[in-house]
Amino acid sequence: MNLNMTLAGELIAFIVFVIFCMKYVWPPIIGAIEARQAVIADGLAASDRAAKDLELAQEKATAQLKDAKAQAASIVEAAKKREAQIIEEAAVKAHAEKDKILASGHAEIDTERNQAKEELRQQVAILAVAGAEKILERSIDAAAHSDILDKLVAEL
Amino acid sequence: MSAAEVTSQEYIKHHLTNLSADSQGLCSANSLNPCDGFWTVHLDTLGWSVFLGLVFITLFRSVAKKASTGVPGKLQCAVEMIVEFVDDSVKSTFHGKNPVIAPLALTIFVWVLLMNSMDWVPVDLIPRIAELFGLHYMKAVPTTDPNMTFALALGVFALIIYYSIKVKGIGGFIKELTTQPFGHWSLYPVNFILEMVTLLARPLSLALRLFGNLYAGELIFLLIATIGLFQLPVHFLWAAFHLLVIPLQAFIFMMLTILYLSLAHEDH
Repeated sequence: MNLNMTLAGELIAFIVFVIFCMKYVWPPIIGAIEARQAVIADGLAASDRAAKDLELAQEKATAQLKDAKAQAASIVEAAKKREAQIIEEAAVKAHAEKDKILASGHAEIDTERNQAKEELRQQVAILAVAGAEKILERSIDAAAHSDILDKLVAEL
Repeated sequence: MSAAEVTSQEYIKHHLTNLSADSQGLCSANSLNPCDGFWTVHLDTLGWSVFLGLVFITLFRSVAKKASTGVPGKLQCAVEMIVEFVDDSVKSTFHGKNPVIAPLALTIFVWVLLMNSMDWVPVDLIPRIAELFGLHYMKAVPTTDPNMTFALALGVFALIIYYSIKVKGIGGFIKELTTQPFGHWSLYPVNFILEMVTLLARPLSLALRLFGNLYAGELIFLLIATIGLFQLPVHFLWAAFHLLVIPLQAFIFMMLTILYLSLAHEDH
């Protein structure tokens, strides 16, 4: 063993290095490490939160989709009902219209037939009178015998 | 001086001699200035250790200056890994608040690691280069010099004493040295002797463990260097083994420093 002044020199060097390390090396490095750890921890927490938010949003979206589907289905159903109703209504209306048209047609036909009958009657009356005139060869007063003619007409 | 002309004993002795100087200039074994006095300085130990210390300081300082919370570069990552490793070691052992222990542990770990790493440099490389500059001796592994290891251990020892007194007070420190392990007052002197041995064994074991391991390692490297051509595989094996020894010794020195200082902080 050969201990000498070297020891003192090394001791001084050691002290100087430790003090330098303590003042200028350790604090900035450990500070940066700890700050970065904090940043990373924040980032991880944020990503956790984001994942949770995403899950919630997905749940919400699913619920909304379900709602929308149900609503759409109900709308379609209502539309179908309404369609059937409209068709039915239209059919009823058309029926009524048809009946009305038929009725008016019948009425027209009736009046025309009555008119024709009347005309025919009158003409038959004239014809009968004319025939009777011819038969009797004598002038029969149409006015005097109108009551007979009317009776005849009524019998036709 | 070539290896062929000297016996292996002389070769090893030569390689284990420090480049020394005192007030009368460089020392050499066969000159008028053998300088074995107290005022001798081992220039190689001092030079290499300060150089390696500066390597440590500049490297870490350059990272510290640019340290940012953003995405770190590769050098910053490496440095932060070491710093975090030391920080974890300190936190796992020492639970108080002390601004000195962690930087102290970092300095010890990296500095001792760098100095031990000089063991991997082939034993003849640096002495041969030094020879070219006219330096007859050159021992490049500072931790194979007891002066180096004792300087580290004494620095730690001073801190042990300082913190023991600071935390417990002088009375408390003396009480700790005398009242245990035996509680009876008549056994206080025995306690004191035992505790003093414990206390003094700490720096002594710190210094001698590091010195012993590295000195032995270097000695074996030198022995291997004397066996001729077979030294190549053997040297490789021994160097590979030092992949364990070198970091382990640095780590042990650091861990024990932390442990001793945390013991100094404990108030019984």
